[in-house]
Amino acid sequence: MADLTTDFLGISSPNPFWLASAPPTDKEYNVRRAFEAGWGGVVWKTLGSEGPPVVNVNGPRYGAIYGADRRLLGLNNIELITDRPLEVNLEEMARVKADYPDRALIASIMVPCEEEAWKAILPRVAETGADGIELNFGCPHGMSERGMGSAVGQVPEYIEMVTRWCKRYYDRPVIVKLTPNITDIRKPAAAAKNGGADAVSLINTINSITSVDLDTFSPEPSIDGKGSHGGYCGPAVKPIALSMVSEIARNETTRGLPISGIGGVTTWRDAAEFISLGCGNVQVCTAAMTYGFKIIDELTAGLSEWMDKKGYSQVSDFVGRAVPNVTDWQYLNLNYVAKAKIDQDQCIKCGRCYAACEDTSHQAISISADRVFEVKDEECVACNLCVDVCPVEGCITMVPMAAGEVDPRTGDVVQPGYANWTTHPNNPMAKAAE
Amino acid sequence: MAQGQMAPGIVSGRLSSDELTSNFSDLHPPLAPHEAAVAADRCYFCYDAPCVTACPTDIDIPLFIRQIQAGQPQSAGRTILEQNILGGMCARVCPTETLCEEACVREAAEGKPVEIGRLQRYATDEVMVTGKHPFDRATPTGKTVAVIGAGPAGLACAHRLAMFGHDVVIHEARPKPGGLNEYGIAAYKSTNNFAQAEVDWLLKIGGIAIETGSVLGETISLDGLLENYDAVFLSIGLTGVNALRTSGADKEGVRHAVDFISDVRQAADLAHLPVGRNVVVIGGGMTAVDAAVKSKLLGAEHVTIAYRRGRDAMGASRYEQDLAASHGVRIMANVQPVAIHGNGAAAEIELEYTSSRDGQLVGTGETIRIPADQVLKAIGQSLDGAPEDLSLDGNKIAVSGAGRTSMPGVWAGGDCAAGGDDLTVTAVAEGRDAALDIHAMLNS
Repeated sequence: MADLTTDFLGISSPNPFWLASAPPTDKEYNVRRAFEAGWGGVVWKTLGSEGPPVVNVNGPRYGAIYGADRRLLGLNNIELITDRPLEVNLEEMARVKADYPDRALIASIMVPCEEEAWKAILPRVAETGADGIELNFGCPHGMSERGMGSAVGQVPEYIEMVTRWCKRYYDRPVIVKLTPNITDIRKPAAAAKNGGADAVSLINTINSITSVDLDTFSPEPSIDGKGSHGGYCGPAVKPIALSMVSEIARNETTRGLPISGIGGVTTWRDAAEFISLGCGNVQVCTAAMTYGFKIIDELTAGLSEWMDKKGYSQVSDFVGRAVPNVTDWQYLNLNYVAKAKIDQDQCIKCGRCYAACEDTSHQAISISADRVFEVKDEECVACNLCVDVCPVEGCITMVPMAAGEVDPRTGDVVQPGYANWTTHPNNPMAKAAE
Repeated sequence: MAQGQMAPGIVSGRLSSDELTSNFSDLHPPLAPHEAAVAADRCYFCYDAPCVTACPTDIDIPLFIRQIQAGQPQSAGRTILEQNILGGMCARVCPTETLCEEACVREAAEGKPVEIGRLQRYATDEVMVTGKHPFDRATPTGKTVAVIGAGPAGLACAHRLAMFGHDVVIHEARPKPGGLNEYGIAAYKSTNNFAQAEVDWLLKIGGIAIETGSVLGETISLDGLLENYDAVFLSIGLTGVNALRTSGADKEGVRHAVDFISDVRQAADLAHLPVGRNVVVIGGGMTAVDAAVKSKLLGAEHVTIAYRRGRDAMGASRYEQDLAASHGVRIMANVQPVAIHGNGAAAEIELEYTSSRDGQLVGTGETIRIPADQVLKAIGQSLDGAPEDLSLDGNKIAVSGAGRTSMPGVWAGGDCAAGGDDLTVTAVAEGRDAALDIHAMLNS
């Protein structure tokens, strides 16, 4: 049986599933429920400076988009950092950590970009016994208008500066949480590293408007007829998060920097994917907000079962295993030729592959009078759209051609070996292999 | 005080009014908005969808379901009604299990088709509840068409002609329009007087007059109609009933199932409608199932369907057979009636087992007698009262193309015309298509 115990920056947790700093971790009651349910760690809802706490809106804080059967695919939120007094949060954190010493407890912090502000709060956080801190440079709504959150995360120099202050005034691990609302994620990650960060966590939420009310013409979520962009999260953002994580994992200047993966983790499989792209653990929010804390049972059991099947005894065994396979487009093997293949026994004859291919792709699928759908190898470019739109998983597959076979589309013999864009004869700009 | 199921003979009031009301409530209650949303989300929006091919009226089913998904059920209803003006009734009575839903790819995938029939009802109800008619009549053309019979084919034909601006007079023999929608269809499929409500709604297009008590061959003649109208559409249905050639078939308590069903549909108070304690229905089609189930719902103690061939050969779909069985109707296959016994009134029916030999149905000689104080004959209807000058194809009016009969200026459709299944939806398609053909002729 695989051991899910995870050591991230020296912080031990019984499994790699932490709850992200968000509404589910706003107070002792929720966090105790999470730990009782089996979560490995919690990043407490972001703390602000001492004094009157922030005030949230009193209307809808969330908007959503759905898939079929109203399955929640994306969530948008405009909630600010904790709106409870700092003192109350710190007291609760200390109590919870004392009662659950085996779980990770991280304090998320967002205070103004002034050294004194950080210097003031860090010792008080340290007193709670929290295992580390996460700097919230990510939230794109509300707080960013006050020069915090993503307003910091969008300026690498600020990231580096604040991280440096934190390393100066705090002696436990410092994680920098990055905003995806930038052009190149490698820059803020490098800044965090330069400032001495022990790790980065990403992604925070993405600027978003979930919908527009077509009667009032107000964006959703709507507060008295007006809407403001919120932070987008949930299954829909996972691909963006995976890409950003991979960029940091394979970038020369940030390679090896520990990463806590965030963004649409919903099942054990998502978590395994984040970890394989270089994350030491993952943080979850939307899935818990959608289904409750009990999903941790599936997350842990699923990851454990997969690891057993693959022969991984601990999570670190497969951290980053996919990173070497992330490359630039120009290095993809142009000698690789595949063709779509439809399993007629599994086909339910809906014809979506035909409509997609005929209308929007390469006219490579035929339909017979009795609705038998077949791939025309001489037209198929293996684009995968038919696989993507087929309702039956596994019915259409991409089958690679063997070297020596003739591709009926091009009439060319499939070549053995590897030839990418930089060397391929198809490219007039190709350079001779060195 | 209810008489109870065991009261002997053919009596009314076997069940209390409450029980009757409950028994004759909607077989398939309408979908609530949430249910409709969940059901609609299951549609895959297939290419050249098999469900459309399977629909006799070619309703664009993926489109109307997508319109429900997209939050516009009234537009969905219009999509349906453009092809099938009686889409509301068809949603209730179509044997979807052998039409669109049988063809649904999710039937192949999971054995659970998209609930097309119930979604169609949801969408058409959304249109009808507005009280507004969704189509506009074109500028009147001054052309006139006589439609004979106000059943599904006649109504569909009349509506389409009226949309084109022609003036239509429907001649109907019975006191009320609707045809089998009003007099024939199972009561538990068309509740709350839906058939009449649908006719009233359909007539809002304008340009259609209905003359009831107008009987072809009695009060009106084809020659006379041809003199007074630019075209004639015959949708006279099958009003003849096949005879049961069995000794004792003239005994009291033996009657046609269609008459029994009509009585149920027209009953002001079901508690006053008599039904036997031991009812035997002869036949294997939808009429047999409807009559048997209605007998059971009225409180008959034992109801048996006696069918001369195997169950696979029954005209009623497997779904309808299961519906009957679930109501406690016993289905006896491979038996044929040889005698009805009783002193004046039926008391027992004698059935002979049958087998098939070289494709021929033969009696085995072994018989069984079961109690039968009421025997309902559901052995088929036939064409009756068709004008003599028209060519026939078998026992029905011969048609070519879109319902053209052998006589110029005369079209026919619905059950009286050759070809197609005897279904409401087929009749609607034939009436609609004949109207298009008539319109083309009138414009030429």
